[in-house]
Amino acid sequence: MERHPSTGLAVIGLRINAESRQVAFDPYKTLLEVLREDLNLPGTKHGCELGECGACAVLVDGTPTLSCLLLALECDGRNVVTVEGLLEDGRLHPLQEAFADLGGAQCGYCTPGLLVTAKALLERNPSPSGDQIREALAGNICRCTGYQQIVEAVQAAAAVMTPRDKPVQPVKP
Amino acid sequence: MMRLPRFEYQAPRSLAAAAELLAARPATTMILAGGTDLLPNMKRRQQTPEVLVSLRQIAELREVRYGTGLSLGSALTLSELVRMPTLQRDYAGLWQAAAQIATPHLRAMGTLGGNLCLDTRCNYYDQTYEWRKSIDFCMKKDGRICWVATSSPTCLAVSSTDTAPALISLGAAVRLVSASGERTVNVADLYNNDGIHYLTRQPDEILADIRLPAPSGWRSTYWKLRRRGSFDFPVLSVAAAAAFDGDTVKKARIVLGAVASRPIVANPSALALRGRRLTDDVIAEAADSAYQVAKPMDNTDFALVWRKRVTRDFVTYALRELRGDDMRETRRKIARQTMMGLAY
Amino acid sequence: MKPDAKTRIIGLPRRRVDGRAKVTGQTIFADDLVLPRMLHARLLRSTVPHARIRAIDTARAEAHLGVHLVLTGRDFPITYGILPVSQDEHALCPDTVRFVGDPVALVVANDELTAGEALDLIAVEYEPLRTFAGPEESLAHPEPRIHDYADEGNIHKKVSLSFGDVRAGLAEADHVFDDLFFYQGNTHLPLEQHAAVAAIDGDGKLVLWSSTQTPHYVHRALAKALAIPAAHIRVIATPNGGGFGGKSDPFNHEVAIAKAALMLKRPIKITLNREEVFLCHRGRHPVLMRFRTGVKRDGTLTGVHLQTLLDGGAYGSYGVASTFYTGALQTVTYHIPRYQFDGCRVFTNKPPCGPKRGHGTPQSRFGQEVQLDKIAERLRIDPAELRLRIVEQPDTLTANYLRVSTIGLAECIRRVVNASEWKTRYRKLGPGRGLGLACSSYLSGAGLPIYWNDMPHSAVQLKLDRSGGVTAFCGATEIGQGSDDVLVGCVAEILGIEPFDIRAVTGDTDLTPVDLGSYSSRVTLMMGNAAIQAAERARDVLADAVSAKLGVPKGRLVFAERRVFDAEDPSRGMSFSDAVCTAEAMFGTVGSTGSYTPPKSAAKYKGGGVGPSPTYSYSAAVIEVEVDGSTGWVDVPRVWIAHDIGRALNPTLVRGQVEGSVYMGLGEALMEEQIFRRLPQRLSRALVHKFPSMLEYKSPTFLDMPEIFTELVETPDPHGPFGAKEVGQGPLLPIMPALANAVYDAIGVRIDEVPITPEKIVKALAEKAAGRAPRYGPTRFPDVNWPETLQVPPPWEGGTGKATNEPERRTKALEGGPLRPAEEAKK
Repeated sequence: MERHPSTGLAVIGLRINAESRQVAFDPYKTLLEVLREDLNLPGTKHGCELGECGACAVLVDGTPTLSCLLLALECDGRNVVTVEGLLEDGRLHPLQEAFADLGGAQCGYCTPGLLVTAKALLERNPSPSGDQIREALAGNICRCTGYQQIVEAVQAAAAVMTPRDKPVQPVKP
Repeated sequence: MMRLPRFEYQAPRSLAAAAELLAARPATTMILAGGTDLLPNMKRRQQTPEVLVSLRQIAELREVRYGTGLSLGSALTLSELVRMPTLQRDYAGLWQAAAQIATPHLRAMGTLGGNLCLDTRCNYYDQTYEWRKSIDFCMKKDGRICWVATSSPTCLAVSSTDTAPALISLGAAVRLVSASGERTVNVADLYNNDGIHYLTRQPDEILADIRLPAPSGWRSTYWKLRRRGSFDFPVLSVAAAAAFDGDTVKKARIVLGAVASRPIVANPSALALRGRRLTDDVIAEAADSAYQVAKPMDNTDFALVWRKRVTRDFVTYALRELRGDDMRETRRKIARQTMMGLAY
Repeated sequence: MKPDAKTRIIGLPRRRVDGRAKVTGQTIFADDLVLPRMLHARLLRSTVPHARIRAIDTARAEAHLGVHLVLTGRDFPITYGILPVSQDEHALCPDTVRFVGDPVALVVANDELTAGEALDLIAVEYEPLRTFAGPEESLAHPEPRIHDYADEGNIHKKVSLSFGDVRAGLAEADHVFDDLFFYQGNTHLPLEQHAAVAAIDGDGKLVLWSSTQTPHYVHRALAKALAIPAAHIRVIATPNGGGFGGKSDPFNHEVAIAKAALMLKRPIKITLNREEVFLCHRGRHPVLMRFRTGVKRDGTLTGVHLQTLLDGGAYGSYGVASTFYTGALQTVTYHIPRYQFDGCRVFTNKPPCGPKRGHGTPQSRFGQEVQLDKIAERLRIDPAELRLRIVEQPDTLTANYLRVSTIGLAECIRRVVNASEWKTRYRKLGPGRGLGLACSSYLSGAGLPIYWNDMPHSAVQLKLDRSGGVTAFCGATEIGQGSDDVLVGCVAEILGIEPFDIRAVTGDTDLTPVDLGSYSSRVTLMMGNAAIQAAERARDVLADAVSAKLGVPKGRLVFAERRVFDAEDPSRGMSFSDAVCTAEAMFGTVGSTGSYTPPKSAAKYKGGGVGPSPTYSYSAAVIEVEVDGSTGWVDVPRVWIAHDIGRALNPTLVRGQVEGSVYMGLGEALMEEQIFRRLPQRLSRALVHKFPSMLEYKSPTFLDMPEIFTELVETPDPHGPFGAKEVGQGPLLPIMPALANAVYDAIGVRIDEVPITPEKIVKALAEKAAGRAPRYGPTRFPDVNWPETLQVPPPWEGGTGKATNEPERRTKALEGGPLRPAEEAKK
């Protein structure tokens, strides 16, 4: 971390959605604010800014993290993935496809935080049970869906992502 | 959007350097670990340090050391603890406590040391500056009165740490390091029953690691009351650990969380078990004894009379689990999860 | 859920048209907007519950580095409000604050942190007034008045309506049940906090982007409050990150930043924090209810007398409508031959209540359905069977002159009874486990607008392009419910093109024709019908052209697969884009409009404006619970719900609305409460929201939700687009009473209050153990000096829909006399 000599802004370098970026920001800002206000990545949302809703979740070094409670100062050199970074080769991630197709997103406001959290889950556990999905997503509040279609969307994405030759763990709805 | 106030930030690379920074201005410097407690408090202007000393760069605080017991660096995240099979096997109470903290995201960020030092909580205190101004503040921050009980000379904010009751039941100690030296204190002695001065840690001390004794012969468990299956802090918790000789309890510790400004060691309750088998009658006696010492106040979720009342039930759940009853169905209803499928 | 063979899009599960944007983070919500030279604003809110403002000193805030402007109540002399009868809000309070959170000043600064710092530099001197914390206080003390325009003292509104002689109805009953219920207030908690950006566009006109469900009403409110012509204001509703009714009022922050933008000529953004969203509220009214119901031995209802007392909070909001809604829909569900409704709403010094999902009806639905459970038990009739006996008939005019069209309720009941194995499990699950059943109905759109006018409630314009693309313009607002998808689906179906060929432009008062807004479950039915009309008119123009060009009789032309062709020889035809070109060459630019106006209401009495709807949806639910006899802890493993949707336009979205309603209903039933803390009065005047945070206002998580089994009952309704009715609100309604009834089945205690918490169950169990009534709930209904009852004989007593004791009056949108736009403009 450096300080810009005249503006007092902090400067860090980080890897964001597979791009290396340097960014200058007011040093009191959290990662959430820097993503939205200084890196032009407004896909990450906020519903409380106090760690009580999960809307601001992003992946930091692969781990689902609440960007509202992480100082941007502490992100120097780290690898951050937001909803904008889920597309692969311009194609929707299977989770994005499934959320869009199966009612996983209604108003869409909790969706970015849920998608990155579910992505981390499937990377650790390619065929999670319903209970495992619910426990992994228990830090994301959704007021629209009642969650059931979200669980189904994660299961559907997992099924797509799991190679056919691997046995898929049966999943209770 | 809630914004942090302005502050100065330091990220030392060693414990010694951190201790030096803390010693320089202890009254206005605070330690930043996972940030999940401090940063919301700063956004609400409950805590307004001028300097933050981050522990993130200090590798020695993230060490796990095995010996006769287990030493855990204070900056280990709660998720890291939950992912340790040895912890789940040998110190089940601590594992269950860590696994039920907040949410997967917050466990991935929050640290063991941070949970032990968690600021006491209160419905009159965990509010924005504007809200607190509307009640003319309270004695814990900017005001004079404790609104929970207006004649109380001390602050009644509630100890809301999950790991402390579990660690106390397991007989753990912590190492506190300052620029002038270090000391080791039992976790039970880390706390005062005072919502403001709730820690015996001095402002210039850093909680460096947590030392658990060898688990030989001990079984432990942790039961947590909260409204929802995630997010919520405990509003009653029961940590119980016992060493058995066959079916007979040789020694036991029962600790209640979230019913005072510090974890409450229910000594009479534990003594009631000593030398006895955990029959339903013995459990009922211990549960009743614990009920007597639980003193919840009206400053958390749920009505205080009910919180006190169900202390009996929660102690019973814990002791039945120690006895070997299959409590999975009860736990699923209370915890609203299995905790078996923790992905993080 | 079988798709109709005659449709290609309607009835089939399909990715919603805005699905891709929402999963890629591309949906632009209000707080995502960034404009050049944009400034940031914050509101200073009252820290006292009720006071006169003696002085405000803004000098230090104005001098703070980075501050551009500070506004106070002096800058906002003109009131506004959602209902014409309660124009009682100022953007910033000029002289009186009425609750902790009432805005008193606006600070505009370079950034949000600076604006926040400046708030603390504003000194406000308050002269305290008596604080009213609840209805009993407001009934007891007429002075000081929270609002001078109230009906009487601090009673905002009192109404009394009688449809037949209810005393005679109760007298001929075999049993009369007299029960009190209380429903605690709760709030919407949309995940997106309200946000807005105001700017002055290049030609000098005001533009407001806002997360609002009702851009048309915000448009009107801005024109009034800022005294500038509506034609010079553009309101754009950004997609709402959840609404649930909480973004249906014009809000202080919208008006305040609009004024600031006009003064500074720079864009200004304001984003409320979570606490402020709780303070904006407009959520569920706390309601105390008394239900007196007469029944015959066979379960036939002989009469119902319902009294409700609503705690309205500090402003009118939709409160007059909310009051009527607590008494409007009882008759639509079950046949009630004689019915009396007395309603009273009081002002208190708390955030204003208003419309939340189910608007005014969940409270009395809870009371009615729990009382029916008690009736069934006393009469020894199965609760499902009892309801089947009394379900209102289709094509009926009810006692209060609501016209019921189709009713799928009996089928809904049968579906949940079968799915839950009710007949073999109800009352047979053993101690601590139980099943409960409840039903409900809801409007498919309010039959009358908020302000009196004869114009359509929804309108759609189509622009057909030579490319084959179609743009559909409509004022409707996407709040997550899928209104854009309904719009596009209806147009695509009729024009035979794909949803992807259509661009939806919605919620923009400059570009789109008026739709009244996303409230009262009106959009699918009203916008859908308008879209169908517009698409059919466009199709007609294209068909004329294609028919002339190909020499195929118009009646034989089919629009499908992006083609227009001869039904008898599909090879004779042309592409849709060629059809557009052909029509354009023949007739000039191709476009069309469609609009929808609900049928005239049969209710001609004062107050009859609330309740009419083109058609009503129906739901039935069964909930299974496990209750711990020692702690009162409630576990809900399963919910079965059936909803009479008429026709599911996109079943994926319909199921999402049903399950989301179950979710919100369970939150209300078990844990959500908007409640307040009063400090000891000898020490403090404070009256504050107890916990305005997402941590302490308990919204169920992934781990708190049961399995939900949803069944859709499709009885296409002649009034609905492709037969569709509403689904966004109705399925919430049976959840709270079904849960209460299940708790009774499980453990034998009645919780006549929402939320149903373990503390209340334990108290009721203690009553039971002591040999007293096994119940937790209210025990008295305070004395209310009810007004003279309007006597409206029901249709079967020769009534005409008018009151017999009311002077001749003009039909009005809402009781109390909203004015025609022309008259209003004169005020």
